[in-house]
Amino acid sequence: MATSVATAQARSTPKHRFGADEVACGITLLFALAIFAITLLMAIQLWRNSAPTRAKFGFSFLTSSLWNPVTDQFGAAPYIYGTVLTSVLALLIAVPLGVGAAIYLSELAVPKISNALTFLVELLAAVPSVIYGLLAIFTLVPLMRDYLGPAIQKVLGATPLFSGHLYGVGYLTAGMILAIMTLPYIISVSREALMAVPREQREAALALGATKWESTKDAVLPFARLGIIGSIFLALARALGETMAVTMVIGNQPAIHASLFAPGYSIAAVIASEFAEADKLHRSALIELGLVLFVLTMVVNGSAQLMIKLTTKKGSAKA
Amino acid sequence: MKILVLTSLLALPALFAMPAMAADTINAAGATFPAPLYQLWFGEYKMAHSDVRINYQAVGSGAGVRQLIAGTVDFAASDIPLTDEQTKDLKGKTFHFPMTMGAVVLTYNIPQLTGNLKLTPGAIAGMYLGTIKNWDDPAIKTANPGMKLPSKAIEIVHRSDASGTSFVFTDYLAKVSLEWKSKVGAAAAVSWPTGLSGPQNAGVAGLVKQTPYSVGYVELTYAIQNKMAFADVQNAAGKFVTASFKGVSEAAANSKQMPDDFKVSITNAPGAASYPISTFTWILIPGEIKDAAKKKAITGFLEWALTTGQKDAEGLQYAQVPKAVVAKEQKQIALIK
Amino acid sequence: MSLRNARRNTINNVMLTLCGLCAFLTVSTLFLILGYLVYNGGKSVNWAFFTRLPLPPGQDGGGLANAIAGSAMIVGMAAAIGLPVGFLAGVYLAEFGGKTISFWIRYTADLLNGIPSIVIGILAWGLIVVSMHRFSAIAGSIALSLMLIPITARSTEHFLLEVPRAMREGALALGATRWRTLATVIVPAARKGIMTGMILGVARISGETAPLLFTALNNQFWSNGPMDQTASLPVMIYTLALSPYDDWHRQAWAAGLVLLGLVLLATITARMIVSRGASLPR
Repeated sequence: MATSVATAQARSTPKHRFGADEVACGITLLFALAIFAITLLMAIQLWRNSAPTRAKFGFSFLTSSLWNPVTDQFGAAPYIYGTVLTSVLALLIAVPLGVGAAIYLSELAVPKISNALTFLVELLAAVPSVIYGLLAIFTLVPLMRDYLGPAIQKVLGATPLFSGHLYGVGYLTAGMILAIMTLPYIISVSREALMAVPREQREAALALGATKWESTKDAVLPFARLGIIGSIFLALARALGETMAVTMVIGNQPAIHASLFAPGYSIAAVIASEFAEADKLHRSALIELGLVLFVLTMVVNGSAQLMIKLTTKKGSAKA
Repeated sequence: MKILVLTSLLALPALFAMPAMAADTINAAGATFPAPLYQLWFGEYKMAHSDVRINYQAVGSGAGVRQLIAGTVDFAASDIPLTDEQTKDLKGKTFHFPMTMGAVVLTYNIPQLTGNLKLTPGAIAGMYLGTIKNWDDPAIKTANPGMKLPSKAIEIVHRSDASGTSFVFTDYLAKVSLEWKSKVGAAAAVSWPTGLSGPQNAGVAGLVKQTPYSVGYVELTYAIQNKMAFADVQNAAGKFVTASFKGVSEAAANSKQMPDDFKVSITNAPGAASYPISTFTWILIPGEIKDAAKKKAITGFLEWALTTGQKDAEGLQYAQVPKAVVAKEQKQIALIK
Repeated sequence: MSLRNARRNTINNVMLTLCGLCAFLTVSTLFLILGYLVYNGGKSVNWAFFTRLPLPPGQDGGGLANAIAGSAMIVGMAAAIGLPVGFLAGVYLAEFGGKTISFWIRYTADLLNGIPSIVIGILAWGLIVVSMHRFSAIAGSIALSLMLIPITARSTEHFLLEVPRAMREGALALGATRWRTLATVIVPAARKGIMTGMILGVARISGETAPLLFTALNNQFWSNGPMDQTASLPVMIYTLALSPYDDWHRQAWAAGLVLLGLVLLATITARMIVSRGASLPR
């Protein structure tokens, strides 16, 4: 009797329930793998479609400055230069501002104000790139050409970095709009990194007689250092890939200039400008540029994610 | 459940954004040079024939030809005839139909300068080669006695995309300057010695309008519509001509005979009243259009544009195609399979 | 007070004031941007903008009705594709994932998030435009959905993981299977956060321009559906801003205001749904 009940139960053990769970797991796994597939597909596509120029130019593609669709000469140097330069400029402006603001928000401001201001700052991150470009064309460019540029040139005009004609558009203008666009990321992530540092650190420093600033500088910042650097890398990744705002204010000239006021070009900007009309070798060159950008942002982003995870999870990361 | 409702709500706009038009949309792309006139034509034609919608994207001659080769548009527009390589890529014959003629002008932005600037071919070539750097350079001053030219640097503006307008301009420069011909050459996209760049005619006009002491080359209509100053150019006969449809017609009339494939350049034409930087602009039609409805619509439009539509041209400062050429074209339209 | 202390105090005050200044500058930049846009856009927005089609160059008075509808369609389709995929991927990461697979998928999702949108546009172009031999709204939508998927996946995972273990274990203790627990207990509990993540994701892609430049291209008229080239607000803003016509500039400002208004509205709504404290994943 007992055995028949047992076997009856065993037979009626809903095997389908186990099956349903498996099915659910399987389905969701499929979709999760889609993410993997997309990234892989992108890498493959970029690699394959850039084959003609890779075969023809090899590594000299990265170092040559000659970009001539007519004679089928393609060199990526001006674009790499422009991309890196504008991003570096953006960071030079945004990092001090951003970290300073983050310190204020995490250390000094009352929680209510801190939360409200952070909320507002994160709204800046939601503004689409093309709108930054729109604003930059009509405000930043005339500002640079008529006021900021002349002012800077009065002081530093003799140096090669700041000499030359003032177009209004150029590396510096692009750097400035990129700075505005990357500020929210630096502030947001740095603030979290700073807030993750345990209170004991600050209190210990203060108890030893440090001023608020000294406690921040010596007791808090070192521990948040990794997270802050992570935020900088995150901002860098965003700046490197930024397309619309840059292409609207960089001047679109494929050449390398020493002066920051000179017009230039960036990888994303040239792809946006020339892709629709490019064919064969020209298109392959643009796709190879896309590949360069892909690898660049992957490396930078990957490092950023690593650093941020190390800090905000542990709370007190050693550099 | 909620998610299903949400996503179906989101997809709803897809339904309402598709008006129940049985309209046959014909996709076209190409030159910005004639775009103001073409857009006017397509709009007018649609009002008269509501079942024909021609969606024209002014993306530049180069991009338009690209799309024709890729098969993503039904026809293209270009100010530069197909190159040999492009002809090879387009499997099958492609017809060039000249639809109108226009002028490429040097539009400039020199604050507080009154009167029309006069530019010689040497001055233009020098500016774009980068050898003439300032507005008060003697090369420019001698042609403009009595004008107070500022001693500011010239900001050159050119196209960033593959452009028929660029081809016309560089074709002209190659004819008037040996240095330009050997150093840069004539093409839709060249390696410009200097200057800023903007996309399409509108982009160049926009840059010049915004940048003091700049000069750029655009189609005449763009300069007029934006009330921008443009220079009088010295032609092959030595006279300074203000650009207008009359100067363009003169240039066409004084140029060599129109060949049967309609591929001709009329830059630097002889004649006292010819405007030197003039050009025909073409619509490129595949020799064979498989869809019968589309073929009817396209040929119908071509007929209309070459006859009735021509009267719109002069209002926008484009020149009418000479009657003799129109007759030749009508014969060719019949050859489209 | 000793000289050294006085100096330390001065430094303290100066540096802290500087930090405050930085915060002030950043926030005022936001207000300046919004203010300038509202001022110029407000001047330009009128009924014609919402109802009329674009006119040929040189004629004043056109509108961007087709671009508004086009954006709605493209973003709607992108959401219809991207949200379910992202959601289910997030479910896997939170509920079923094995250690290594999950790690790699998470890592890849974050990488995908950081890839420039123009590179994603190239992928969509190669996959869809080339094989279909036409530019189309669906190509643009797929490009946008490729960006939406990792965002949605990560935020879904984040909010699912926040559901207290007690709820999970309670349901399991009552005999429910894992997927039933998921469907009837966990997801409903996390739904506010998940919805927030979805709204933020959609808001973000609705402002993207680069992926649409060579997928959906543009259209002078109403789009004929997903297979047709379609005008969209971001692409129109780009084209209009670079043109020389004052009337087109006016329309660009209006479009910018409308776009930004929608994006900010969605963002603010989303962040208000989720109480402050739960930091949203990047």
